[in-house]
Order: sequence, then C-alpha cells, then structure tokens
Amino acid sequence: MIRAVLVMNTQGKPRLAKFYEFMPVEKQQEIIRNVFAVLCSRPEHVSNFVDAESFFGPDARLVYKHLATLYFVFIFDGSENELAMLDLIQVFVETLDKCFRNVCELDVVFNYSKMHTILDEIIFGGQVLETSSTEVMKAVEEISKLDAASSAINLVPKSVSSWRSR
Amino acid sequence: MGSQGGFGQSKEFLDLIKSIGEARSKAEEDRIVIREIETLKRRISEPDIPKRKMKEYIIRLLYVEMLGHDASFGYIHAVKMTHDDNLLSKRTGYLAVTLFLNDDHDLIILIVNTIQKDLKSDNYLVVCAALNAVCRLINEETIPAVLPLIVELLSHGKEAVRKKAVMALHSFYRKSPSSVSHLVSNFRKRLCDNDPGVMGATLCPLFDLINDDPNPYKDLVVSFVSILKQVAEHRLPKSYDYHQMPAPFVQIKLLKILALLGSGDKPSSEHMYTVIGDIIRKGDSSSNIGNAILYESIRTVSSIHSNAKLLEAAADVIAKFLKSDSHNLKYMGIDALGRLIKLSPLIAEQHQLAVIDCLEDPDDTLKRKTFELLYKMTKSSNVEVIVDRMIEYMISISDDHYKTYIASRCVELAEQFAPSNHWFIQTMNKVFEHAGDLVNIKVAHNLMRLIAEGFGEDDDAAYSQLRSSAVESYLRIIGEPKLPSVFLQVICWVLGEYGTADGKHSASYITGKLCDMAEAYSNDEIVKAYAITALTKIYAFEIAAGRKVDMLSECQSLVEELLASHSTDLQQRAYELQAVIGLDARAVEAILPHDASCEDIEVDKNLSFLNGYIQQSIESGAMPYISENERSGMVNTSNFRSHDQQESGQHGLRFEAYEVPKAPVPSKVTPVSLSSTTDLVPVPESLYARETQQISSVGLASDTGSSELKLRLDGVQKKWGKPTYSSPASSSNSTSQNPVNGVTKVDVATTINSKARDSYDSRKQQNEIDPEKQKLAASLFGGSTKTERRTSTSSKGPKASAADRPQDSKAASVPNKASGEKTNQVQQPPPQDLLDLGEPTVTAAPPAVDPFMQLEGLLDSSNSSAVTNSGGAVANAPDIMGLYRGTTSSEQSGGGGYNPASGDNLNLLSELSNAAAVRGTTGATIVSPLSPSVKGANAKDSLEKDAKVRQMGVTPTSQNPNLFRDLLG
Repeated sequence: MIRAVLVMNTQGKPRLAKFYEFMPVEKQQEIIRNVFAVLCSRPEHVSNFVDAESFFGPDARLVYKHLATLYFVFIFDGSENELAMLDLIQVFVETLDKCFRNVCELDVVFNYSKMHTILDEIIFGGQVLETSSTEVMKAVEEISKLDAASSAINLVPKSVSSWRSR
Repeated sequence: MGSQGGFGQSKEFLDLIKSIGEARSKAEEDRIVIREIETLKRRISEPDIPKRKMKEYIIRLLYVEMLGHDASFGYIHAVKMTHDDNLLSKRTGYLAVTLFLNDDHDLIILIVNTIQKDLKSDNYLVVCAALNAVCRLINEETIPAVLPLIVELLSHGKEAVRKKAVMALHSFYRKSPSSVSHLVSNFRKRLCDNDPGVMGATLCPLFDLINDDPNPYKDLVVSFVSILKQVAEHRLPKSYDYHQMPAPFVQIKLLKILALLGSGDKPSSEHMYTVIGDIIRKGDSSSNIGNAILYESIRTVSSIHSNAKLLEAAADVIAKFLKSDSHNLKYMGIDALGRLIKLSPLIAEQHQLAVIDCLEDPDDTLKRKTFELLYKMTKSSNVEVIVDRMIEYMISISDDHYKTYIASRCVELAEQFAPSNHWFIQTMNKVFEHAGDLVNIKVAHNLMRLIAEGFGEDDDAAYSQLRSSAVESYLRIIGEPKLPSVFLQVICWVLGEYGTADGKHSASYITGKLCDMAEAYSNDEIVKAYAITALTKIYAFEIAAGRKVDMLSECQSLVEELLASHSTDLQQRAYELQAVIGLDARAVEAILPHDASCEDIEVDKNLSFLNGYIQQSIESGAMPYISENERSGMVNTSNFRSHDQQESGQHGLRFEAYEVPKAPVPSKVTPVSLSSTTDLVPVPESLYARETQQISSVGLASDTGSSELKLRLDGVQKKWGKPTYSSPASSSNSTSQNPVNGVTKVDVATTINSKARDSYDSRKQQNEIDPEKQKLAASLFGGSTKTERRTSTSSKGPKASAADRPQDSKAASVPNKASGEKTNQVQQPPPQDLLDLGEPTVTAAPPAVDPFMQLEGLLDSSNSSAVTNSGGAVANAPDIMGLYRGTTSSEQSGGGGYNPASGDNLNLLSELSNAAAVRGTTGATIVSPLSPSVKGANAKDSLEKDAKVRQMGVTPTSQNPNLFRDLLG
C-alpha cells in the first residue's frame, strides 16, 4: 500500500503531506526533513527511486519526481510497483495541471484542500483508486459545482468544467 | 472546497503564506507560525463565526500543523464541522479530522455517530466523504458500529460508492482481519461487478487475503487469468486506458496475485503461462507504464512454477532494461535479474558488463540494488571481489542505516564463503574497523567463537595458524587511533586467549599492549573489563607454564586504579587478577586451563551440591523451603484478571442508537408509570436487534459463499462490451500528432541524445580499454571470458558509428569545466513549466513518447491556432538549433557570459536578460519560439493569473517560474 504522499518545494518546505497511517506531528516533520535531505543530495539524471527504510521502517520505498520548484514524493511498500508509482505521480500532476491550467507552486499552496480532494480521488486509504485523470476530474468537478453554487463571491472563478474535457 | 477554488482566501492567509515563504530561518518561520496560532486561538473561539470563515480557520490549522506545530486546540472545531449540514463544510471537517486524529483519539467517539448518519445519506457525495473518514478513523473497537452500513453500501447504485466501500472493508481487514472474516465472500462477489473499476478495487483486498493464505483462492486462478486476458486484449472501455495501455494498474495487481497463487503450484501456474507470455510478447517497452507491466510479468514468471519459454522471454526483457539509458529501467533490470538468477544462474553472465556499469554508477539507489544482486550471486569463487567491493562502498558512505546493513551482509558472506582463514580475518578486521559500532555485538561474539573453534578443519596446524594470523593482525591494528569498542573487545579477548600461545610474543609484550589499550580507551569500561580479564589469563598461562611472572609497572598501576574503580565489575576483575597471581601453578591450571574457551562449562541449576547442607539444617530444626506460589497462599490471581477482562468486554461501547421512546398511551398514564416504561422498553429491544442483525449477516455470508464458489465470468465479458481492439484511427491520429507538436522538442532531444551518447560512449570506451574492469567482470562472473568478449565486440559496432558522428559539441579549446557546463545546459531543454520538466531528468527516455507530449498532442489537435503556431516553430527549429550551437560555442570561447541554468528554471529570467545583453536578438529567439510550440496558447490565461498574484501582494519571486515565460512569450 501507499504509506504517504508528500509534496515539498526545493527549499524543503512541505506543501502537502498526507500519511495513510497515523504519524505523530514530530515524526511527520522528521520524515519530511529526512526525505528532503535525501532528495536534495541526489544528483541529476539518476533513477527516481530511493530506499526509504532508514526513515520509514522496513520495506519502505520512495519514488519522487522533481518538477520545476516542487518534489512530488510517494512512499509505499513492497506490494506496489515502482514504475507504476512513478506513473501515479504523473496522473496526480496531470490532474493538477488540468485543474489549475499550468499548475505551479502557488496553485499548490493556495488550494490546499482542493489538492486533498484530488488526491483522495486517486488514492483511497493507501490503495490506488483511480488512474484516469479524466475520471478524477469528473469527480472533483462534481464537488466543485457545489462549491460554485454555494459561493457567490469567488475572486477567480475557476470552474474546471469549462476547460478541456477529454 | 469553498473559498479554495482559486485564490479566494482572505488576505490574512495569503500574507501568512507569503511571510513564511520569505522567512530566512527556521526560527523566523517558527515565530510567524506561533503568532498565527495565537491569532487562530483567539478567533476560533469567538461566537457566531460565519461558516466560510470557519472553514478557512480549519484550513489554516491544517497548514500550521503541516509545518510541525501543535494545533490540537482546534481539533474539536474540526469535529464540530463534520456535523455541519453543508457538504463543503462537512468535507473540510472530515479532511481535517482525518489529518489531525489518530484512530484511538478521544474525539473519535464524537465522530462515529456522524459517520453513521452520513453513510446512510441520500447524497452520494456525503457518503463518499464519510467513507474516506471511515478508512482512517475507525479502529478495531468501532468497526462493529459501521460494518453493517458498509456492507450495505457494497451494492449501492453508484460505482464510486461501491469502489470506496470495498476499499473501506479492506482497511478493516488490515486493522482487524477477524472483524471481517465472515465477509470475505463479498470480495469474491464484487469481482464480478458490472463496473470494471469496482472489480479493480476488489483486487486490493484480495491481494492481501491471498498474500496471507493463498490456498482458499486457488479456484479463482482461472477467473483471474481470464480477467487479465480480457483486460490485456482491450476489452475494457476506452476510459480505462492510461497512455494507450488498458487499465495498467489492474494488470499489475492481477499479475501480483497470480504470482502469489502460482508460487510452488504447478497446475495453477500452467493456467497462467499463455496469458503472461502474451503480455510479455505484446509488451510496450517504450512507455513507462508498459515497462511497469513488463517488469511485473518478470516478477510473476520468477515466482510461479518455472517455464523455460517464459524464462527466455523474461531474460530478453531484462536485457532490454539493462541496455536502456534510463536509470529507472536499469534499476528494474537489476532487480529482475536478482529474481531470475535463482532459477537460471547463467543469465547474469551475458549482462556482466552492464552489471559492473551499474556498480560504478553515481546513482546510490542503483548501486545498492546492484549489491543486492551481487549478494545473491556470491559463490566461493567470487566472494573476495564482491566483499571487497562492498567494504569499499561501506567505507565511502555515511548513512548509518545502510552501513549497518551492508556490514552485516559482508560478515554473512565472509562467514559462508571465506576461501581462507587469513582472508576471513582480514575482512572481518576491515568491517570492524569501519563499521564496528554499527554491527551487532553478536557478530563480534561469533567472530571470537570462529577464531576459537576454527572452521572445522581437522588438523591442528590450521587451527594455530588461524589464531596466530589473528594475533598478528590485531597487534598491527592495535596502534591505530579510535577503534570501535566492539572491535577492541574482540582484540582483547583474542590477545588474552592466544597472544602468547604460539610463543612468538612474550607475555610482557602482550600485556604491555593490553595496558596501553586500557589506558587509551579509559572511558570505555567494557573494553577495560575485557583488557583486565585478558591480563589475568595471560598471567595465569605464564604461571601454569611454570614461568616467573613479573608485572610491568604500567600493569601494576592499571590494576591499582581498577581496584579503586567505581564499577564493581571492574573492581572484582582486578581483585580476581590479584588473587590468581598469588596462587601456585596447579591451582591456576584448574581455574584457567589453557585453550579451554570452547569447553562447555556444566552448570548445576538445581544446586544439588547444597543438598547435604540443607539436610543438615532441616535436621537441626530449620523451616523447609516453601515455593513462592504456595507462600502467597492464594488462588492464582491471574484468573481474576482474565475474568475481569471478559466482563469489561461485554460492557464495551455500543454504537446503535437508542430506540425512540414510544409515546405512552396519552391520557391515562400518570407521570410515574411513564418513567417506568421508558426505562424498560428500549434497552432489550435494541440489544436483540443488533444480535439478530449480526446473525442474519453471517448466515447470508455463508450462503453466498457456497453459491459463489464457482465464478461465472461469461457475464462479465458481456457486460464489458464487444471485444474491440483499440481503434486504429485514433491511435494513428495521436502518433501523427506527436511529431507535429513535438518536432522542435524532438530535435532538441535528438541532438541532446547524440551528445549524451557521445559522452557516454567515450566513457564506455575508456572503460573497455580498462583491463581492470574486464578482470573484475571475469572474477565476478566466473571468468567466462568467451561470452564476455563476444558482448564487448558486439556492442562495439554501434559505438564506433556513434563516435564517428561529427561532433560539434566537443570544443577542444574550451576548458573542461566549460564543456561540462555546456552539456549540462544542453541536456536541459529550455524550462517550460512544471510539466515539461518531467522527462528530461531522464535523458534516456525517448522524448517522442513523453507522456506529456502525448497529452499535449491530444489537446492541441483540437486547437487549430496552436497547431499553426507549432507549425511555424517546426520550420524554424533546425535553424535555431544551428544558431544556438554556433553562438554557444563562440560564446563559450569568449569567456562564458551565458550563465547556464543547470536545471533550475528560477534563473530563467536573469538568464534570458543576460543572454540578450550579451548577444542581442539571437538569445531571445532561442527560447521564445520553443515555448509557444510546446504549450497551447495559454499566455492570456497565465497573464491573468500573474496579475491576480500581483494584486494579492505576492511578489512572484522564486515561487512561480511560469510567469516569466508567459510574460516573455
């Protein structure tokens, strides 16, 4: 199963942290620090996999993707396939990009709960739930509709439905 | 979602994020966050906060906690929010509690009721939100409260709900397998769900169940194979495709399940051969996800009963992986090789050079994986090389966790395969020297035992040779500074036992060394204890041999110091030493016989030698011994405790609602009788209700279980539609689109590739010339030089041609550093935005199949303006590249004013302006035509966004690389 999803920027600031098993806040911080230390010490053009046993317990692996100013990190155990996880990050980022049009770090910071909504549609209780970004978008849209209905004043109307439906 | 769609948060929140982003130190950040916490504490407890505000406060709390600060004061507000009727508030509440609370938190009990209510809601979005919380917050104790509701949801009308209900049951199974053991048949039933998504979700719990015990599921092998076949043959609706691959995650899960079911089971495995063979044969090795499936197939092949044909196919795939330039694929290749090597040991030979390349790769992950492989293929013929390599790596790293791990691996291999005693001792010395504090103390004890017992050789000469070589090496090492404590203990022990045994070294020499050591490490009591005991032994052997003992003065002072030690252990040892020295030869011989460390010492646990004494005492009137149990004179107390526990178990929490008190017959009833009826009625009924419910569900489960034993999958097939292959029109469409949109990119990439390959090849050529490497290969792989030569010559062909290719990148006059910088820069296509940086980190992946490019391709095909745009870029591209090359080389020789961004597109702006300043217009044309061709015409969008950001008062510094491109584009 997937144990944690982290998004952090290249300065090590967490932008999204979701642990699928309970983790005390201090432990979460320690993990985020450790992950960042490992990631920023990795040279470019090497594999996207890192052994995470030293900070996440036995059988933990980590897959990361460095995109612009962000690291996307998935931590999981032996029952998942590393390459597939890499593609799952891809699904996540693709969906974000569809949702925010040219997603950048600002979007990620300011749309904290939307990020979680998207992630919850992709990963559920540590298992892969949906891998089609179109389907994820549909689900998120449906929630967003309620959003639009309930909020009359919205500074930037970003109804996703109007844009790029495959 | 609420205010989170867009930048709709309040100014305060934006200010917070901004100030945290600008904080220069952790301390400053902490100060800001603590101030924020104070504010939130004040605000959140104000009365009548509007919902919208409250939602934002909760999100701010989450943010604060993500930064590592305590937000527990707000938990209760998050819990309250889950009770809200507004779905969005509810969702925010659920999100917050799932992130804040552990499943045994006190507040959970307040949420369970809400979850129960929400699971019954008509709005499926509410149900989904509740299911999400169920996964995280319901623990073993509270499972019964929601279980019946979840089971009901398994047949909900919406597939999204069914999917999540299956997952929720799965999470129950993980937390407490017994709680859902009677519901397993439901998983089997869901496998035949109309919706493939639900079927896919069901595979997750089934995988866990089968992992725990495959036997009850052997009957499903045929079904799984048939599902896998259908999925692989594109029978699923198109919407389940991911990058033109049909439901890859389902395929991977199925392959994993088959691997479990086929392990050590020939008949089951035989069902799978065809489908796995097909998947490997048709496998798409050009996309990441295709490779994931191929790798998973290899894993399955290596796990099930072996089949020669499949092994061959798997070996071919591994060869492809290892030859790839992508580190990810190499990693997978090495891993797969490690799995297959058990079945066919010869397979590694043809990849020996690739393996050695991986071993010397700068990528730590890959290196470690390769060590894993080497560990698996260690034999007595190659153990020396492999362990040497491991130790070399062990010394070079600082990661204690892995150091410990690899040290234990070294020890294990050395013990198992050591070719000679001398080598073994040397190796162990190295391990202890560099990782002594990390290895388990047992390893040290093991080493001592091995030195004492030898390796089971019969002749005594080998014995004593082993020992004296150990002594020699320790005497050499002893002078080195800062040895780990564990190692010193071993040294002390060996010197004490065998230091004087072969007569080469005098007692005074050895004792002198031991004293020096005790002095040098005077803080380490364990070492001192070992040292003093070693001294005792040496003196004892001297006395026993009839030689006169004269203690060195330093020994004397050491003993005196220890006699007054604070540690009673050290004191006792020192006194023992003194006592032994005072004895005669015969007594000493009896106390410390020579070379008797391996003799068993008999311990009389019954203390039978005291029997006479006891008898005597009893006879003289002492009380006989009464065992402790009898003495207490009580019935076993533990009985009480277990009884207690049972009691408390029965009084566990109940989650079902009390029944609404029945309105008493209105008129005649007096107040007294009313109270009595309410007391009586509800309790027993609700109890019964619960019990019967459970019973009925059990009965139902077993019923369906028996009827569902044979799955009928023909139904499934029908439901999933006609067996159509992916329509060729659409696929050709997308491929034809690809080049159009991607041409500039591809061009860049191919030039990059050729350059990268050049440098790679030159490196490789160097390596090939390097005879050491060939030697290494030979020693690792059992010296089958023939195959080795063949591979090297065969790989030379393309290499030579690659080297012949005209190289414009190698400007000989340019200093090394500059050229390094340049390749670095060239390998980075101009930074576009978050997405486009995706693949370039892996130079090897063919850019034509970059999933993002495909995505772009698909999107842009509908966008005519973008197409024309990119068309223009296509025409331009080659020229630009030419210009680019020219300018960069000339510019480099001119002193390198062009500052390569080295992957960090933060510098894009400065880089651009820099370039423009240096070279005028050329600089601008390099980047600008590329960007619109790759991205659709979103410039306006982004400008808007930028304006918004500025309006919000966030200075677009490092935060948003996009903005600059858009501004310039």
